[in-house]
Amino acid sequence: MKPSIIKLEKIQVSFNGEIILKELNLDIKEGEFVTLLGPSGCGKTTTLRIIAGFLTPEKGNVFFKGKKINDVPAHKREVNTIFQKYALFPHLNVYENVAFGLRVQKKSESEIKSKVIEMLKMVNLVAYIDRDVNSLSGGQQQRVAIARALANNPKVLLLDEPLGALDLKLRKDMQSELKSIHQKTGITFILVTHDQEEALSMSDTVVVMDKGSIQQIGPPEDIYNEPKNAFVADFIGESNIVPGVMIEDYKVKFYGKEFKCLDKGFEKMSCVDVVIRPEDIKVVPPESGNISGVITSVTFKGVHNEIIVDVEGFKWMIQTTENQEEGNKIGLLIRPDAIHIMKTSSYSSEVGDYSAFSDEFYEEQHH
Amino acid sequence: MKIRLSLFPYLLWMAIFVIVPMMLVVFFSFTDSSGSLTFENLIEAGKYSAVFLRSISLGAASTIICLIIGYPAAHFISKANFKYQNIFIMLLMIPMWTSFLLRTYAWMTLLEYNGLINRLLNFFEIQRLNMINTPGAVMLGMVYNFLPYMILPIYTVLTKIDKKVIEAAQDLGANKLEVFTKVIFPLSIPGIVSGVTMVFVPSVSTFIISKMLGGGSILVIGDLIEMQFLGNAYNPYLGSCISLILMIIIMICMGIMNSLDNGSEEEIFL
Repeated sequence: MKPSIIKLEKIQVSFNGEIILKELNLDIKEGEFVTLLGPSGCGKTTTLRIIAGFLTPEKGNVFFKGKKINDVPAHKREVNTIFQKYALFPHLNVYENVAFGLRVQKKSESEIKSKVIEMLKMVNLVAYIDRDVNSLSGGQQQRVAIARALANNPKVLLLDEPLGALDLKLRKDMQSELKSIHQKTGITFILVTHDQEEALSMSDTVVVMDKGSIQQIGPPEDIYNEPKNAFVADFIGESNIVPGVMIEDYKVKFYGKEFKCLDKGFEKMSCVDVVIRPEDIKVVPPESGNISGVITSVTFKGVHNEIIVDVEGFKWMIQTTENQEEGNKIGLLIRPDAIHIMKTSSYSSEVGDYSAFSDEFYEEQHH
Repeated sequence: MKIRLSLFPYLLWMAIFVIVPMMLVVFFSFTDSSGSLTFENLIEAGKYSAVFLRSISLGAASTIICLIIGYPAAHFISKANFKYQNIFIMLLMIPMWTSFLLRTYAWMTLLEYNGLINRLLNFFEIQRLNMINTPGAVMLGMVYNFLPYMILPIYTVLTKIDKKVIEAAQDLGANKLEVFTKVIFPLSIPGIVSGVTMVFVPSVSTFIISKMLGGGSILVIGDLIEMQFLGNAYNPYLGSCISLILMIIIMICMGIMNSLDNGSEEEIFL
């Protein structure tokens, strides 16, 4: 087990009487790539600002390698940040931007030069060394920001939605670039994002947050396959979440029917949330499915079709490569390994149904 | 370049009230009362080089004082709570709503030998001060009248500096002083340049302040030009020539200031 580098203990922050973070505990290990994931207003950026030292928590402690750093100002912390929209110094060129931290440390001119060149080589920007930062593209500015932050040899690199302003293609490239920089340098990365795909593909550990609290911490596979509550299931990927009753271990009842499942350890006859991922449902003729319904919409998504099915008033989403048409009656085949059982939570009735589903609504919810 | 129709009134205005008068000034500068071409005015104007020097040094001194007072003030206002920022700016603006003349008269009554300040000093049996009709009084008048023109542009530029850029500097290890010298100050140079311009130009060419607070004993270019057009010395040809020289001097000063703004700040502040 690697030693802890950043530890947050019962952090509480409120703003104008509204609680932003409540009793937040988080332990980050040295060298880890951690992502704080959640919708806007969940407290993820606030958490990052506390670690950077831009914000002092009202209650709770921040530890760096076991030492309490609540009162250490930002400029004395061995932590560097890559800001949303980069925050480069507009009056300095690429070289001077990267050299900023080294100049503050009063390093010698030759030392600064070799470090700046080393950093710019890492981000493939040596050719732009004398350029005005305002003349660079978004992706290039992002690289300068990365080089500038890493030039200080931070122990922890904080990334505040660094890829949000880039277009999709560039974002993908930068994701793999950041990942390779993480592997090369071994620095602890703490990334803040609202993009679940980014979180799943980049990090060792994902911290899912909502309403100032951590909903779940775990490796990406666990977060996706074993969501702890309806919020996590809904926020990470697409989910059909229906209320059910756990009859006994490995047996759950919903839609008045009993289904076999792989989950156990719930109280007998307790109310639960049943999660079934859209890609785990097989489309079959109505008579051979576990349940059946009428298709209300079909959307072509490239790799698959997204079908919305009305099953007794509850709208299900299915992702399938089969071609179906609106109005068709189909059966849904749900295998035991497609079912995931969660305890009910305050989110239970709020999410999971695709009645109001439209692309526009989806955008609003997730961005 | 395509000139839009909506620009026409502006262009007409500029032509009638700026370009034509300028050309007239240039024309008069090089003619005499008989209308023939001459360089006599230039030689005549040269005799007043002491007045030019006095005006420029008074103007420069007031500008520097305005900058020394104005920059910290602008910095303070820009850092204040947003609610109070507007109040501070209002306090700065309110005096500007009363006439410039009235405000200068007010200073006269304060600074006079039998003015408010001296009567107060007298009351406490302190020796009266000789304040009015001194270069100091003229400078005070200029600083008082033109200070808002220094504070406002600097304040505007300071509030426009991205907070994230300041945080980035802190994040990279800069303490408060380094954040100021390496980020805030260099980024506020455009504000300083426009502030200096807006104070220097009117203070070099002012005449009413020196007249009222200098009591005519401190002759500046403004007074000199006024005398050529309205005074006993009536000589609009010489007046035009002096105006032209003043204009050229100001243009040179502004050119120097602007070159400071366009990129050389790095060499200066690193």
